[in-house]
Amino acid sequence: MPSGASCLARSDVWASTETRARAARAVLFPAGGVAAIVASIALLLMVGGYDVPRALAALWTGSVGSWYALTSATLVRAIPLMLTGCAIAIAFRAGVFNIGAEGQLLAGGAGATAIALTMPGAGTGALILALAAGALAGAGWAAIAAVLREKFGVLEVISTIMLNFIALYAVSFLVRGPLQEPTHAYPQSSTIAEGVRLARIPGAGRLHAGIAIALIVVLVAGWALRHTASGFRMMAVGESPSAAASAGLIDVRRVTTLAFVASGALAGLAGAIEVLGVTYALYEDLSPGYGYTAIAVALLAGLDPWRGVVTASLFAALEAGAGAMQRDAGVPSTLVAVIEALLILAVVAAQAVRVRRAGVSSDSAASAREHAV
Amino acid sequence: MTDAITPFLAATIRTATPLALAALGELLVERTGLINIGLEGAVLAGAFGALAGASLGGVAGGYAGAMVGGLLVAALFALCVLVLRADQIITGMALTLLAVGATGTMYRAVYGTAGAALHAPTSGPWAIPGLASIPVVGEALFDQPIVTYITYLLAPALAWWLARTHGGLALRAIGERPDAAVAAGIAVRKVRALAILAGGLLGGLAGGTLVLAQAGTFVENMSAGRGFIALAIVVLGRWRPLGVALGALLFGAASALQFAFQAMGWAAPYQLFLAAPYLLTLAALAGAMGRARAPAALGRPI
Repeated sequence: MPSGASCLARSDVWASTETRARAARAVLFPAGGVAAIVASIALLLMVGGYDVPRALAALWTGSVGSWYALTSATLVRAIPLMLTGCAIAIAFRAGVFNIGAEGQLLAGGAGATAIALTMPGAGTGALILALAAGALAGAGWAAIAAVLREKFGVLEVISTIMLNFIALYAVSFLVRGPLQEPTHAYPQSSTIAEGVRLARIPGAGRLHAGIAIALIVVLVAGWALRHTASGFRMMAVGESPSAAASAGLIDVRRVTTLAFVASGALAGLAGAIEVLGVTYALYEDLSPGYGYTAIAVALLAGLDPWRGVVTASLFAALEAGAGAMQRDAGVPSTLVAVIEALLILAVVAAQAVRVRRAGVSSDSAASAREHAV
Repeated sequence: MTDAITPFLAATIRTATPLALAALGELLVERTGLINIGLEGAVLAGAFGALAGASLGGVAGGYAGAMVGGLLVAALFALCVLVLRADQIITGMALTLLAVGATGTMYRAVYGTAGAALHAPTSGPWAIPGLASIPVVGEALFDQPIVTYITYLLAPALAWWLARTHGGLALRAIGERPDAAVAAGIAVRKVRALAILAGGLLGGLAGGTLVLAQAGTFVENMSAGRGFIALAIVVLGRWRPLGVALGALLFGAASALQFAFQAMGWAAPYQLFLAAPYLLTLAALAGAMGRARAPAALGRPI
């Protein structure tokens, strides 16, 4: 029996043969998603007795209603969500339940800060080094859980949750200890020198060059998943580890470890970009839960990194708009979490039901394929 | 020195009580081979339910509300995982998110965005005559809210139930070999549903304890990861009720040490104490402290 993540992966592998259906879905998927989300928000608002038109108007102006909102609020938030969403997609595709993107993001932020502060004023070289340090720190943090999984059979679900907490306390220690700003008045690091920051995009408010990095990385990751041997191996392992192993050509442990570490690197990069492009210093509350929202981003995108760009922007807009909705219409911004949760549940339940309906035929197809391999 | 020990022990017990309740509930779920990450959501829903219940029916209403809150989250988990057969990990994460969003939204909708501090009635400590006057430990262990005494009794009771009764055996069998349990005529889905509901009930009670026996109020997100800590405690306690009770005490002691050190003005990095139990849990998982064997079917898709 496949797990939920691999069900998603499987249905997608099948879909990849149906190019026409795919082209249609490429248009329908974002539109349908937006419509469903707006409709469910409207419904919840109505149930709560709020002024629906006013709240929806606030949602619009706060997220995409103006150039400033689009760039400075929505797209700035979309950057870490694209990267962490991609991180989750890669891990889940390979059958690795990485719930630890939040911790890996924090590790990346800390790593990038440490490098950026030790070489101030060194310009682009230092910036690239800081970004690399972030990715490396995230990969290292994920590697702990990967090793525990492969060597000791530890469920990564539990170990990554533990590592999220440890990362949080580690950052809390760093900003009060070794990395604290020199006056020791605030729990934060020194400010990163201007030369080591990600440049802002002229005319686009607070939007910074990190968006280019995120788009390129997601583009490459999505391509690699589809068109390289490693990508194929990851999906094969995620679909059926036993089949992949019995095929004899795939070292399952190596593939899952690679996926886990790559996933951590992407989340770490997200943390580095957040520090170098948005906060310019390490804080305890660097992330408002990007690593968790990423799960919704990835699932709603059917574990496809490219589609993840759309869902990441969608969730970013939703979170940006929620703030405006609270200010202008008195709607609690926590409503967004309810929407996210309901979306995840709907997607997972729908997938499970679909797999079960197709049960007989897809099972025989899968076993036929196993024999063919 | 004894002046410091009694408050330290009392703080340990106080912190450990909700952790132990939630972890004992999760233990039941995990012994059937499932993992409910939505436990964090159940604790939070329990805390909110306690506030809502207490505003209607005092302390007793509060505890009833807490259990209803936990049960609601658990029932959703059972529906998604057992009936719709959705993935348990993702469902659990989503339910935690749902609880965070729903309790936050209802709280702000009812009590305003500022979240004015509300007072819920609290069940004060009740000293057990005799036991409470034992030097040093008496006051710490036996001058506590009644829910703490219930927890004292629950751990050995569950240990006995799991080891010695037919129901306990069926529960364990499902966690080890679900297919064999089916063959043996055990109603696997029914037992799992009951375990999930019991887990939600205890998780909700844990949340209720936070409001009704400790804080006397509700704050958004007040479960603050306790449900996740309970997951760690189940591992640390090696899936055994008495081990889980000890694990809860360890986490309680770590957080009590933090307060003790702050009170004494020590500049020790308290994050170390807070992170230590998680590190211990990872070590326990890796088998560094003897073999911690999980139920064989744990986390497997149904």
